Amino acid sequence: MAGIPHDHYEPKPGAETWLHKRLPIVSLVYDTIMIPTPKNLNWWWIWGIVLAFTLVLQIVTGIILAMHYTPHVDLAFASVEHIMRDVNGGHMLRYLHANGASLFFVAVYIHIFRGLYYGSYKSPREITWIVGMLIYLVMMGTAFMGYVLPWGQMSFWGATVITGLFGAIPGIGEPIQTWLLGGPAVDNATLNRFFSLHYLLPFVLVALVAVHIWAFHTTGNNNPTGVEVRRASKAEAQKDTLPFWPYFVIKDLFALAIILAVFFAIVGFMPNYLGHPDNYVQADPLVTPVHIVPEWYFLPFYAILRAFTADVWVVMLTEFVTFGIVDAKFFGVVAMFGAIIVMALAPWLDTSATRSGRYRPKFKIWFWLFVVNFVVLTWVGAMPTEEPYATISLIGSTYWFAYFLVILPVLGIFETPLPEPATIEEDFNEHYGANAHPAE
Amino acid sequence: MRKLAISAVSALALGAGAAMASEGGAVHDVNFSFEGPYGTYDQAQLRRGLQVFTEICSACHGMKFVPIRSLGDEGGPNLSSDEVRAYAENLSIFDPELDEDRPRKPTDMFPTVTGDGMGPDLSVMAKARAGFHGPYGTGISQFFNGIGGPEYIYSILTGYNGEEKEEAGTLYYGNPTFTAGNGWIAMPQMLTDEAVEFEDGSPNDAKSLAKDVAAFLMWAAEPKLNARKEAGYISVGMLIILSVLLYFTNKALWAPHKGKKAV
Repeated sequence: MAGIPHDHYEPKPGAETWLHKRLPIVSLVYDTIMIPTPKNLNWWWIWGIVLAFTLVLQIVTGIILAMHYTPHVDLAFASVEHIMRDVNGGHMLRYLHANGASLFFVAVYIHIFRGLYYGSYKSPREITWIVGMLIYLVMMGTAFMGYVLPWGQMSFWGATVITGLFGAIPGIGEPIQTWLLGGPAVDNATLNRFFSLHYLLPFVLVALVAVHIWAFHTTGNNNPTGVEVRRASKAEAQKDTLPFWPYFVIKDLFALAIILAVFFAIVGFMPNYLGHPDNYVQADPLVTPVHIVPEWYFLPFYAILRAFTADVWVVMLTEFVTFGIVDAKFFGVVAMFGAIIVMALAPWLDTSATRSGRYRPKFKIWFWLFVVNFVVLTWVGAMPTEEPYATISLIGSTYWFAYFLVILPVLGIFETPLPEPATIEEDFNEHYGANAHPAE
Repeated sequence: MRKLAISAVSALALGAGAAMASEGGAVHDVNFSFEGPYGTYDQAQLRRGLQVFTEICSACHGMKFVPIRSLGDEGGPNLSSDEVRAYAENLSIFDPELDEDRPRKPTDMFPTVTGDGMGPDLSVMAKARAGFHGPYGTGISQFFNGIGGPEYIYSILTGYNGEEKEEAGTLYYGNPTFTAGNGWIAMPQMLTDEAVEFEDGSPNDAKSLAKDVAAFLMWAAEPKLNARKEAGYISVGMLIILSVLLYFTNKALWAPHKGKKAV
């Protein structure tokens, strides 16, 4: 792959050359894993590997679960109990898969926040960022449909609420909702198509991940300084970088092992902690649960969805201006999807010429406030729609939009950034003392 | 290392936002043998609980997802195969092939019980209910005390206040733990002192019986708990060893580039 100059694969005469002339697959793998990587990457850069691992974990456990699962409204719940009781190791597979979704989202959120802090979304990495946002959207769709499959109460009512969001679109909403569900309400047709799509989308994710990796292998990784790798010559590039294998593979595997130790502790000792007890009650269209709460990883957006109630002036104004076409429910839906759209537009909303948040003193404050706000939104999304939670979620939602639409554009103009190091090498040597001399 | 710790803490903080809303009420904390990372089922307690379930609960509640043969599984009540067969034969099932009732076999499920005045199925009840999930919906209590399903069952069974009321021809009994019914439940108080006699003379006051049957229902809902925890600490142990090995590998690998002596 292009970008930073480095050594390329040279096939040896004989079999290697024979294969290389016909299919340069070894070359592709070699260039991918030997990519020059900024040597100052810190521990926040390990989550990409965690995500890749989790995707594989979910696909492997998911395929085996699908061998024993029955997507039918009368049999789904029983087939999950069959997996838990009769299938060899089935209880572990299911708990790994269910908690794997949580690991996936913990990792993706930290990965996204790392990108936001170090300005990884900025030119020339906009495509990497946009593809990442697409991955995140497909992940959410996959997780949502997966949660419907056990056909518990929260599966059924979650599906009813979330597909109902599409029904809120003025005019065309109801036909769209019926089309999504395969009927007037969540039923067997819905369960079948969700199972089909839940099996399909992870492979779409694999393809998107390949494009994501392709994109940042073309531009080169960002790094904590935000300073680009010198790429005038190979010798210069080597002062700033080390090959991905073995340096970063081993480092990432070390971090992955620790994260997996925590993950297996949760799966082994408290596998239902992140789930909802109501999902151990078989779906019943006649009984609505007292609180319908999505899985924790959707809560921030659920909070944004519910924040814009009919008594908020922005909502009232919008409803008045659009002659009632955009009501509070549709406004909430637009806000929820809008929250992700404004995040996807970050590369064009951030006006600062300094890439890394490390050298932006004021940005740091707003960024950490954004992180705290995210945790608050997660919490408030699980609370009932009453005071003080309604006000808190309104403030939190407002801050989400303000961060992208006001703070990022304005801050770049008024903020005086700190001086950046001239090179990655300088940053690395400063960190590890002046006596750091690459062994060449 | 410090930043890695921050990474890990943030990961936990994000996870801890997983607040769960469900019934609150006065769910008492009960110390069960199967709590905590090393807790396992107490076989004698499961057998007592099975007896309570069989003699009392099964009159109105089924367990349609629990195979009778699992009574003989290790980590459960662990009955002998003769005992399991004898238990199954006491229950009948309609056989469509014979077009008549026949005794159940160990491979059959516990009965499905439906109809007027019958209670909900108890197969996974101990996982379908929860205890205190606070404070402020943060789930911190459940992190330390468990989800609280068996505690909920215990609290319901011992929570009657002796009041009764009739509404639309149905009799309701006062039970403040049952918040779903605003403190009124259709099930009468079934567990009273000495409602069940144990062969070995184990305590059979109402609270002991409630505790035993709650433990049994937890086993019915989560029969592989012992195996799961064993898998848990073996994998965590292996991953910690792997982490240590990778830590030193990583350190040695990077040392020359960080101007340090190789280990």
